[in-house]
Order: sequence, then structure tokens, then C-alpha cells
Amino acid sequence: MAFRVAIAQINPRLGDVAANLAIYEEQIRLAAKRGADLLLFPELSLTGYFLRDMVPNVALRLSAPEIDRLKKLSRDMAFVAGLVEEGPDYRFYNAAVYFDRGEARHVHRKVYLPTYGMFDEQRYFARGDRVRAFDTRFGRLAVLICEDLWHPSTIYLAALDGAVTVLCPSTSPLRGISDGEPQDDNARYWEMINRAYAETFSLFMVYGNRVGFEDGVGFWGGSEIVDPFGRRIAKAKYYEEDFIAGNIALDAVRRKRAAAPLLRDEDIDLTVNELLRIRERPSNVKPARLVKGLRVIRGSKGLGGRGKNPKKRR
Amino acid sequence: MGGEIPTNVALLRKILTSFIRNEVEKVGVKRVVVGLSGGVDSSLSALLAAEALGPKNVLGIMMPYKTSSPESRAHAELIVKKAPIESLTVDISPQIDAYFTRFPDADARRRGNKMARERMTILYDHSARWQALVLGTSNKTELLLGYGTLYGDMASAINPLGDLYKTQVWALAEAVGVPEVVVKKEPSADLWQGQTDEGELGFSYRDVDRLLYLMVDERYSRAELIEAGFDERFVDQVNDRVMNSHFKRRLPVIAKVSQRTIDRDFRYARDWGK
Repeated sequence: MAFRVAIAQINPRLGDVAANLAIYEEQIRLAAKRGADLLLFPELSLTGYFLRDMVPNVALRLSAPEIDRLKKLSRDMAFVAGLVEEGPDYRFYNAAVYFDRGEARHVHRKVYLPTYGMFDEQRYFARGDRVRAFDTRFGRLAVLICEDLWHPSTIYLAALDGAVTVLCPSTSPLRGISDGEPQDDNARYWEMINRAYAETFSLFMVYGNRVGFEDGVGFWGGSEIVDPFGRRIAKAKYYEEDFIAGNIALDAVRRKRAAAPLLRDEDIDLTVNELLRIRERPSNVKPARLVKGLRVIRGSKGLGGRGKNPKKRR
Repeated sequence: MGGEIPTNVALLRKILTSFIRNEVEKVGVKRVVVGLSGGVDSSLSALLAAEALGPKNVLGIMMPYKTSSPESRAHAELIVKKAPIESLTVDISPQIDAYFTRFPDADARRRGNKMARERMTILYDHSARWQALVLGTSNKTELLLGYGTLYGDMASAINPLGDLYKTQVWALAEAVGVPEVVVKKEPSADLWQGQTDEGELGFSYRDVDRLLYLMVDERYSRAELIEAGFDERFVDQVNDRVMNSHFKRRLPVIAKVSQRTIDRDFRYARDWGK
């Protein structure tokens, strides 16, 4: 299977959903013109990033008219939108929604919300509680948002869950200058992990970053598509708006996995067993679990039974 | 002695011109005004703005006082011609002298601060007249040391140099074509005759930049700075300056009485809706 994926490296307006929706429409038209099948928008690109107290004002329930508009736009073009999702319980999520053929078909809520240094996400957003790959007409995909990928556990789970293409909407700020380099230090770090993940997990990495400035913080762009051999299929400009597209031929995944069957050899039981052991180390035991003796992991009956007896703890 | 301050001038130039263009245009204007002192900071700011917005969209205002060095004025003119940007000269002597006739015993510091604040009001007035933003020229070294006048030269709408140490300003200024005579001359606020930054501060920019870079950017502790070879008294002196001038880098302190107080629990980006 082969398809053409595009990345809209845009500069959204902070807190102006209507203006950003207009940018989405224009980019979707452009993607159609360029023969793309699937279009990736950056993280929170429907709202802007440093939202702070604006979060509730720009949040959208999946029943919102703006979401209907996006559904309609997806009749001719599949895309991943970055937005603030309001859950039924009035929690706000930094979310990425996969739209295709007139429907919102998958929602990923950012799990790892950076709240340190220049970041404040956990102050404003609720944390997602799952990492799932999902089936599409483009094969099995996973969406992981920006900081999610700084935790290798997320891509490990996505890969083991069968994703062969990982889409990463990002709003990554430029920071750190080193001599003799064409891009900032943060950009270089991302390029290293995109390539390392693509090769290590033998999959396609589609990384979409934004550009522009919010209160002096610039975003470095440099969106890219990397194949399972670590080769760049497409690369966007640094620090400027851009639009790129590249072909994803899943045969490359097959060839890479035939040559280096790392995922086949992955020992999930070993990982689960060791994680269960590590979870009981003093630094990982949360006070509530000390009292109750057990934490139930949602939807994972098989794991809940172990460690029930405190004596078994090592 | 520790890490070196990076001076990737090609990258800095790209980022800062892009910053100026983005932050100016999103406000809905095309232009900036900048006070030209003849020094390296304002020269660099002006040239970066000319590159970002086009020289016709940059207004450099020279605001000499009667005791200002003629050399400063000549150096500012060099930048105006080089860019070539729009320019205007406003002699601030009458308004300064009118005020101090009433307070003749004011010392040099009060007079210097007053001049810096008068210049600020002129820049803001012309920013309104010209539908422009005031472009800042304070660098990271002077901001951290508090070596500037609050609501004077520290006031601006956007500042491309505020995260660059003086050492980086010199390197970038050279790269974007600030004349050598401006880059190489001894830095001075030119608030009174014979004043030099380094003389007044008591240390050199090169030394304090290395210290600040490790202290701030690289998060070295006091013990680690001393271990890296810095004199203990120098470390403490600079640390005290940074702490004691922090008020200059913050908004005025507001007494909280309501449920929602500006900047405490009323939190929005400056670029709200832009």
C-alpha cells in the first residue's frame, strides 16, 4: 500500500479558531491540489499554543459546529487536526483528531503535558490516559503529540500495537543556539529522535511542527517525513511557513522488518514482568497504593492480579 | 573555564529578523521606531529591523542632550545612512533643562534617568504618530544586571536583543554590518561625560557575560562557579545585582483583592487573539 502524506507547516493565530479554520480550509485545498491523501496539522494549530486562560474559550466538544465543519472538510481529504477538546466531564484536553470521510474517527489526548521551564500545560489541560494505534484506509496509524514522543514508552506502545506510520503533531519552540549549526538545539534533538524512532521501530515518522512567534517564543518548523531506514522523504524549511508532501510506501516497512525483525523479537512478557517489578520499587509506589495495596490499571485485567499480596513485593 | 557563549550569527540573524517581522505584523502595523544612541545595541536593533521590515519602515530617532558626545551623534548618522532608514533628531536639552531648573541639586544619576525617560516619551509619541511599535535595544547582560532605566531605555513593545549577551551583540553586529568603529568602541550610556559601562559596573562585559552565561543559562551553582575559576566576590556581587534588580524585569506589584487579578489569575499571552 502506498499513499501521499502532506504536512501543513502553518502559523496559527493565538486564540482565534475562526481564523485558523480558514487556514485549515486553504491548506486542505492545497493538499488536494498536491495530490495528498492525508494531511497533518501541527499541535493546537486550530487554537494557537500559549492559550492559558483562553483554554475554555477555544475548547470544542466533538458535537461543536466547528467539528462538523472539519468533518465536512474530511469528505475529500483525511487529516489530523490539533485542537482543544472538551470532554463530557468538562475536562479540557490537548488533543489531535483524525478525520476521514466525513467523520472524526480517532482522538488522541496528549498524555505527557510538559509543565516545567517555559511550559504550563498541566495547569490548563487534563492528561490523556491511553496510547492506541488504529486502523485506517492508510494502514494502521498512531498519533502522538509532541512531548508524548519525549517518552519512549509511547512510541514503544504504538509500535507494539501495530502502528506502521506514526503521526506527530507538534508545537516545538526554538531554543538553544550552537555554533556552526543551521538550526537550534531543540530542532536538532527532534531530528535525532525522529530518525532514531523510525529506524528502531521500523516505521514511518511524520512530524508536523508549526512556525511563527507567540510572545517572543518562536517555533522552528522543520517538519519532516522519515522512512523506516531513517531516510528523509521530505523536509520543510526551518522558521518559515511551508507545505511538504511525500509518498509513504508501506513496502519499505516490510523490507526493513525482513532485514531487521526487531519488533518480532520484542519480548512483551519480559517487559511487562519487569515493569510490574519496577512499579513496586519504593520510588514508584504512590501513597494510595501503599494503603490499598493495589492499583488497578484500566482495561488490563491480566495485570491487576499480580502484586496483590504485599509480601510478594521485591 | 566552563562552556563558551555560542555566537551562531547566521542563525541568530534569521531568528531575530523573523521575530521582528512576525511580532510587528501580527499587531496590524508595519513599522517600528527606535532610539539611536550611536552605540552597538541600538545600531544592531535598527539594522535587524531594516532587514526584517524594509528600511523605509524603520524610523531612527536621535535624541541628544547638549552634553552628549558629538561622536555618538556621528555614529548614529552612520547607521541611518548605512541602512538607509528614516531618521529624525529631537534635541532633549530644552525639556531636560526646563525641569531641572526647579531641582538644580539633582545628581548625575537622576539627570541620566530623567533623560532616558524623556527619550522614552518621545519614542512612544512618534510610535503613535507613525503607527509603529517601539523597538527595544536592551541586551540580556544589562537586563540581568539591572543596568538600565526602568520605564526609560528598558521600555519597548518588542525587543530582539533581550536574550543576547553583550558578547553576542558584538558578534552579530559585526555580521550584519554595524561599522567597526561602533562595534569596537567602549560601551557608554553617554549620560554624562566620560561615563563608560565597564567603568561604572566595575567589571568587563566579557567577564560578566561568561559568568552570567554559566549562572543563568547553564544553571551552575555558586560552588560550581567558584570551582570553574570565578572569584568568589565577583560571583556574589553579580548574583546580588541580578536579585536586587529583579523588580525592573517585572510588572508593578498589584495588591490582590478580587477573585481574578491581572497577571496572577488573569493570565493571557500578550499576543492574545493575534
